[in-house]
Amino acid sequence: MENTQTVKTGMHRKNVTKKVVFVIVGILLGLLFLFPIVILLLNSFKNQRGIFMNVLGFPDAKTFTPNNYPQAFKFLDYTTSFMNSLVITIVSTALILLVSSMAAWVLVRYKTKASSVIFLLFAAAMLIPFQCVMLPLMSVGSALHMINRVGLVIMYVGFGTSMSIIMFHGFIKNVPEELEEAATIDGCNSIQLFFIIVVPLLKTIMITVAILNVMWIWNDYLLPSLVINKAGWQTLPLKTYLFFGQFSKRWDLASAGLMLCIIPIVVFYLACQKYIVKGVTDGAIK
Amino acid sequence: MQKSKTRFWLFLAPALIAFALIVLIPTIMGFWYAFTDWNGISERANFVGVRNFVTIFQDQTFLHAFGFTALFALCAVVLVNVVGFALALLVTQAFPGATALRGIFFMPNLIGGLLLGFTWQFIFTSIFTAIGKATGMHFLIGWLSNPQTGFWGLVILTVWQLSGYMMIIYIAQIQQIQESVKEAARIDGAGAGSMLVHITMPLMMPAFTIGLFMTISNSFKMFDQNLALTAGGPYRATEMLALNIYNSAFAENHLGIAQAKAIIFLIVVAAIGITQLTLTKRKEVEM
Repeated sequence: MENTQTVKTGMHRKNVTKKVVFVIVGILLGLLFLFPIVILLLNSFKNQRGIFMNVLGFPDAKTFTPNNYPQAFKFLDYTTSFMNSLVITIVSTALILLVSSMAAWVLVRYKTKASSVIFLLFAAAMLIPFQCVMLPLMSVGSALHMINRVGLVIMYVGFGTSMSIIMFHGFIKNVPEELEEAATIDGCNSIQLFFIIVVPLLKTIMITVAILNVMWIWNDYLLPSLVINKAGWQTLPLKTYLFFGQFSKRWDLASAGLMLCIIPIVVFYLACQKYIVKGVTDGAIK
Repeated sequence: MQKSKTRFWLFLAPALIAFALIVLIPTIMGFWYAFTDWNGISERANFVGVRNFVTIFQDQTFLHAFGFTALFALCAVVLVNVVGFALALLVTQAFPGATALRGIFFMPNLIGGLLLGFTWQFIFTSIFTAIGKATGMHFLIGWLSNPQTGFWGLVILTVWQLSGYMMIIYIAQIQQIQESVKEAARIDGAGAGSMLVHITMPLMMPAFTIGLFMTISNSFKMFDQNLALTAGGPYRATEMLALNIYNSAFAENHLGIAQAKAIIFLIVVAAIGITQLTLTKRKEVEM
């Protein structure tokens, strides 16, 4: 009896030591991962002299300034660029969800030759890197007057369909068809069948596909840099790039500008962490 | 049940038209442009045979970018996956704060490549220099103005960005390893070390395949981080493939040559992707 007691406390002690080691290692690694963002944040509250004299420390009475933020805000034309990014991301993602789920549904439900060939085409296109399409796309784009925001959204839809159709396809395959058959007998037409019966069943996969597309479109730089050529149309990544060209040695303004771009992403992450992690896991395993 | 053909094509049309216009037609055009003297200014693009391909294989910047990217992919693949797996092992242990840590490790992945590149430009140029001066570790000074340290700068950024992503994939796999298998091994007297090597690692193989190829593929396609961190400098020494193609097209206006490079790029990236698919498919059968 006493013997087992000793073994147990021994085990217990060993477990506690293990936990303490994990916590310490965890804290150190966590700090290492946060370091770049935290040091950027600290410096965004220093004046130029503060960054030059003491880049590693906290801002003090002489070097503290909140003024980098309003200035960076102005130079980034933040409200406009933010809204441009937001509208382009939301509209593109909504359209991608709509057209891809429609396409994936019929691609699953029709077991014809055409259906499998078209699905294979969408899947194979996942292998094409953007640089391969970029130059001819600009020819097509200018011929069709698509070098503007509407054109950009259409391009995102074109690029987004492949991955989204594959994901919807994988999901719909496991949705039983009986419900749709019953609804057809009850007199539903195609549109009603899809929007009333099918779409509600796709909620989880819709969220996953939406998140993957939002993450990509919000951060995309190269495509908008080729398609957007008017000052008032620029997205946040475009404006950030131009801003850096102007202020490459002004880390006081640059760090505040970067923080202004990073903060919305972190807020979005904290708000939807659960969905984001699930979306990324599902997206990778596909 | 009778299903109408009209419905099939109607529902498919919006996605198919956008896809054909934006991806399919430009890809086909791209294969044609690669064999022409297209410069984007004159109306006509004349057929020049394989001249562009001969040119690019004599183009030192392209060959350098190719080698640089391959070497980068190799280092990134090893480091990202080792770190990612280690992080996954750590956060799947039961200790206070494990969930918060997952969130922290994954976060860099959501921040766009451009922002990451600029943020790390600050770290390497200002912070590394300050630490180097304060501690006398002079090797920390001037990282981005030197090809070797510029290379490692890109690798460090990539490890910071992608290892949290790989961690998420590895966590999903670790959690699928059944407790009964581990329990059986424990009863047979397996310690933590042999458990890792003989039980966990072999069962992780499908996830490793995915992780390895995703990292290779991401490394080969990297553009934003390269542009924002070093812009290929000094003297195009840290220029990767995607940026090299971009510069051919937009800095030198050799669109035909850029397109020929893009075709080579496509072949490499597609080969990586197809190998990944075949390997994962085969693994699934074995499981």
